[in-house]
Amino acid sequence: MTSATSKLMSKPAGPDQPKYKTSEVVDFVIVGSGAAGGILAKELSTNGFSVVVLEQGPYIHESEFSHDEIKILQEDFLTNHPKLQPNTFRKTPKDKAKQQRAVLYGRAVGGTSNHFTANFWRFHEIDFVERSKIGVVPGSTLVDWPITYADLEPYYTKVEWDVGVSGLAGASPFDPPRSKPYPMPPLPVKANGIIFERAARKLGWNPFPAPMAILSQPRAGRSACVNCGFCLGFGCEVKAKSSSLASVIPLAEKSGKCEIRPNSYVHKIEMDERGRATGALYFDEKKTVHLQKAKAVIVSANGAETPRLLLLSASSKYPEGLANSSGQVGKNLMFNTAAVSVGVFDEPTNDYKGFAVSRILHDFYELDAQKVGFYGGGGLDARFDMTPIGFAFGGLPPGSPRWGKDFKALLAHNFTRSFEIFGHGTSLPVEDNSFSIDPDVKDAWGLPALRLTYKDHPDDIKLAHWLADRSSELLDAAGAKQHWTFPIDEQQFGVHLLGTCRMGKDPKTSVINADHQTHDVKNLFLCDGGSFVTSGRGQPTMTIMALAFRAADRIRDLAKRGELNA
Amino acid sequence: MEFLDFTLITELDRRQFLSRTLAAAGATWATASWPAVLAAAEHAHKAAASPDSQKLEFLTAAEAKEVEAIASRIIPSDGTPGAREAGVVYFIDRALVTFSAEDQKTYREGIPEIQKRLQGLFPSASVFSAATHEQQEAVLESLDEAGSKNPPRRPRANFLPGSATQFFETVRAHTLAGFLIDPESDRRGNRGGVGWTVIGREPGHSFQSPFSNIDKGYAGWQPASSAKESVKND
Repeated sequence: MTSATSKLMSKPAGPDQPKYKTSEVVDFVIVGSGAAGGILAKELSTNGFSVVVLEQGPYIHESEFSHDEIKILQEDFLTNHPKLQPNTFRKTPKDKAKQQRAVLYGRAVGGTSNHFTANFWRFHEIDFVERSKIGVVPGSTLVDWPITYADLEPYYTKVEWDVGVSGLAGASPFDPPRSKPYPMPPLPVKANGIIFERAARKLGWNPFPAPMAILSQPRAGRSACVNCGFCLGFGCEVKAKSSSLASVIPLAEKSGKCEIRPNSYVHKIEMDERGRATGALYFDEKKTVHLQKAKAVIVSANGAETPRLLLLSASSKYPEGLANSSGQVGKNLMFNTAAVSVGVFDEPTNDYKGFAVSRILHDFYELDAQKVGFYGGGGLDARFDMTPIGFAFGGLPPGSPRWGKDFKALLAHNFTRSFEIFGHGTSLPVEDNSFSIDPDVKDAWGLPALRLTYKDHPDDIKLAHWLADRSSELLDAAGAKQHWTFPIDEQQFGVHLLGTCRMGKDPKTSVINADHQTHDVKNLFLCDGGSFVTSGRGQPTMTIMALAFRAADRIRDLAKRGELNA
Repeated sequence: MEFLDFTLITELDRRQFLSRTLAAAGATWATASWPAVLAAAEHAHKAAASPDSQKLEFLTAAEAKEVEAIASRIIPSDGTPGAREAGVVYFIDRALVTFSAEDQKTYREGIPEIQKRLQGLFPSASVFSAATHEQQEAVLESLDEAGSKNPPRRPRANFLPGSATQFFETVRAHTLAGFLIDPESDRRGNRGGVGWTVIGREPGHSFQSPFSNIDKGYAGWQPASSAKESVKND
């Protein structure tokens, strides 16, 4: 057997992975192994700290990934399961929530990074200082970040080089400054990218090769993309997609200091009398409860489950939930605005091959509110992210037959000749938009279910329509034979889970400080999409990863200075 | 490979199969390409491991005949393969003991209902599967309450309807899925990959650029020659 073969056949817990006792006080327990948790685990363990990562989902390896749409999209093989963990939804706090699926997130080692589209735009300078620049937006709790683009720039570069992003530096006139080029050239262009590029230039816009967290060249023992076409929603069998699972978790395991403990569902952060976190209580696979002791706790469970865990950790001493003296835990949720249009073309584009996106544009990143009449901004990309069954359910034009000879003929014609223009945009933070715990519905462990309260800020809806209009212009300029936009409704389901434990200088209006330390509990840190202050323009994972690299540096420094000790 | 009895293959065997395949590829081994080799080997194996079984696990033979007749109107065999050739009825049968077990009642009660509907419309007709195509279509039209009135929704997780959904919607959803499922999965649908052939998707799980005639002649990305300073803010 070659060494590569033996690596392939290795067991979930690698030979280097230590097994810590729950009674052993490790340096860090990290809740979640996704985009943020994976990076924190790698950074802290390779800095010599002992780390236990508690992941609620199973350890699913690349060899178990699949292109079976039923398994992946219907049975939630990689994602949260609505029957095990039901959600509820209401539009406003006055309404009674009803049970329905409200979130989709990765529930396996690697988290949501296993199945993302891999659009890896950096935030721009404006995203961090928008409140100062534009002033008060009525109905929104918009504020500035306590950090700037310049603070995060080195960490964006680290994501590109250490996790793996393909792209072309300097290709967009709107790009923020960068300290290094991309480590790999862009992925190959797709037909939809060429059509998008030509049409956008006709309109005077500035299309450019999409920065994607997918390897265009073999790197670090991982394969380049093989263009299988099962990308968004699916895990990558060949490790080309830069998930935590493919990139940083193997390095954490190799450190000899990090244990990844799957099937470990954390439901409470344990506190001592002095107001310090002492560890995390979790259910194992058999629903037996354990307490993993640690000197410090980092929660990277995503923007829905992190606030839920803080609220579930309420006690007589913390009746409103842990780290919630501000009352802001779970609030200011932002989903990002989306508007999706589909065009049908005469010639086959075969966009079912390959990854989703090869060209994007940022001409509308900062719209002038005075001119357009609302706050916001966004980007457009050309993509095809509908796999065959999904396409049959939702890919045909409005008014199409749903069965029979004509339906079949349309499917046969359109599948290879359709693609989407996806408008991604800002969501304004609104205090009532939130994750909380449902008073009635329980999950399969008997814990209160996650409750979503959400009603888009009116400007977000206006932005979605504005972006859809640009997509329509582009599809007209591209010579699409037919195009339409999916209905733009108020959202009641989210995948970008942002802003629910936001960072800030003021403990009254934010949950964590710029070091990701909760204002209330010195040895409790939060790092994931919930840490965001603004939503960016729709591609959060790049920034989640950059924040995690930065948080790891800050936490390491605090720990080395002894500031986390009792 | 014919000499191997794939029906006996277990998860452990599958791993041994992969390791054998990988060892065989050792001569041309390159670290950079091992995952691609793995993917190819695995998919080849899965394809071989799905024999075209006629065995039914939930439906009776009589029920299967009716279900196949309905599926054949949803995706007809009209010069190119349809639901029948793709083995959709076997996909549905397995669905009813796996991911759609909650729909067993929908089928068990729906099949007699559809016969009643047929006889209501065409008193001389006997059973759905023996009716003319025109009669069958008339029955399905009477059941298709959603019709094409609703705008399409962007597909996402959990696209199949819940158990409360009407029989017709359930069969329709199962038929679409059974026609287009990855033929290398163990779902028993899309036999021989005929569904993918119909929609123009080449078989396989690894492709090389260029993907179409459109990207074949692309000269590579160039900055716009007349790049304007800024076209911000529309």
